Amino acid sequence: MMLAAIVILGLGTYTMRLGGVLLRSRVGLSDSLQRLLPMAAAALLAALAATSTLMAGAAFAGFARPLGVAVGAVLAWRKAPFVVVVVAAAATAALLRLAGLE
Amino acid sequence: MRTIQRTLLRDAAAIAAAMVAVGASFGAIAIAYGLPTWVPFLMSTVVFAGGSQFLAVGLLAASPVAAVLAGLLLNARHFPFGMAIGSVMGNRWRDRLIGSHVMTDEVVAFTLAEPDPTQRRRTYWLIGITLFTSWNIGTALGVLLGTAVGDYESLGLDAAFPAALLALILPSMRDRPTRIVALAGAAIAVAATPVLPAGLPVLCALLGLLTLIRRPSSSRLSSEAEA
Repeated sequence: MMLAAIVILGLGTYTMRLGGVLLRSRVGLSDSLQRLLPMAAAALLAALAATSTLMAGAAFAGFARPLGVAVGAVLAWRKAPFVVVVVAAAATAALLRLAGLE
Repeated sequence: MRTIQRTLLRDAAAIAAAMVAVGASFGAIAIAYGLPTWVPFLMSTVVFAGGSQFLAVGLLAASPVAAVLAGLLLNARHFPFGMAIGSVMGNRWRDRLIGSHVMTDEVVAFTLAEPDPTQRRRTYWLIGITLFTSWNIGTALGVLLGTAVGDYESLGLDAAFPAALLALILPSMRDRPTRIVALAGAAIAVAATPVLPAGLPVLCALLGLLTLIRRPSSSRLSSEAEA
């Protein structure tokens, strides 16, 4: 049962991945759709970033994580290298937790 | 050209290191839930979508059906991602069949952040293969070391991934319509998170595209609302 569940989840996820790719190559995309799709992807990624910053399940994630992400965001905005953004965000959240702030 | 490559390799290494640590947490948690050893390995190779794996591991023992449904809902965003990315991975069947499997949020973000179309394909494959490898190495470490790998939240890695996504989508935010669509979408997703099951809020972010409806039609809408 567990094996079946994992295989079905894997196949389903793969089908959605491949399905989007194939659909795009099958139907000729109009100019407006070609412009719209990167925006849709940006909206999804922004939503992922925002929800995973602020929420843990259905509740607020606490302060350490959003503050860490905020430090990373400011650094990214100031055009800091990607590595610096990632490490600074993690270090900030980790240090805040070490200091007792959740 | 060489410096671009070196930056990409360095960025890939950074995200891979974080991926190993989170993958290790996943492996350790799966074992802590009392699941057989083969479960985390099979999930990390066959499913390869971190969020849905964490979600499914919690549900698998109690209700495999719920684990599948929740996981599929969480992963539905890969369909629009696939449409947006299209044939970046290559036009041959082999490229599409293998390339689709390594598609993740981070791969999509890295690919869209690359302005040069010829460089995009390389970025997609480099990040995709790097993340698939590091996620599976991490999973193995977690299974082997168990709780000794510690909680990835104490390392602050739960802040690292959103920050990485933000850094990658920031350049596309220079375009005003994209910025408005993305901000509206993110706000809708956050607002919907307490009330909708995991996965749906992020899909609701697509409603942000409605902000593109031009003024004439929006004023018609508002006059209809007044009438």
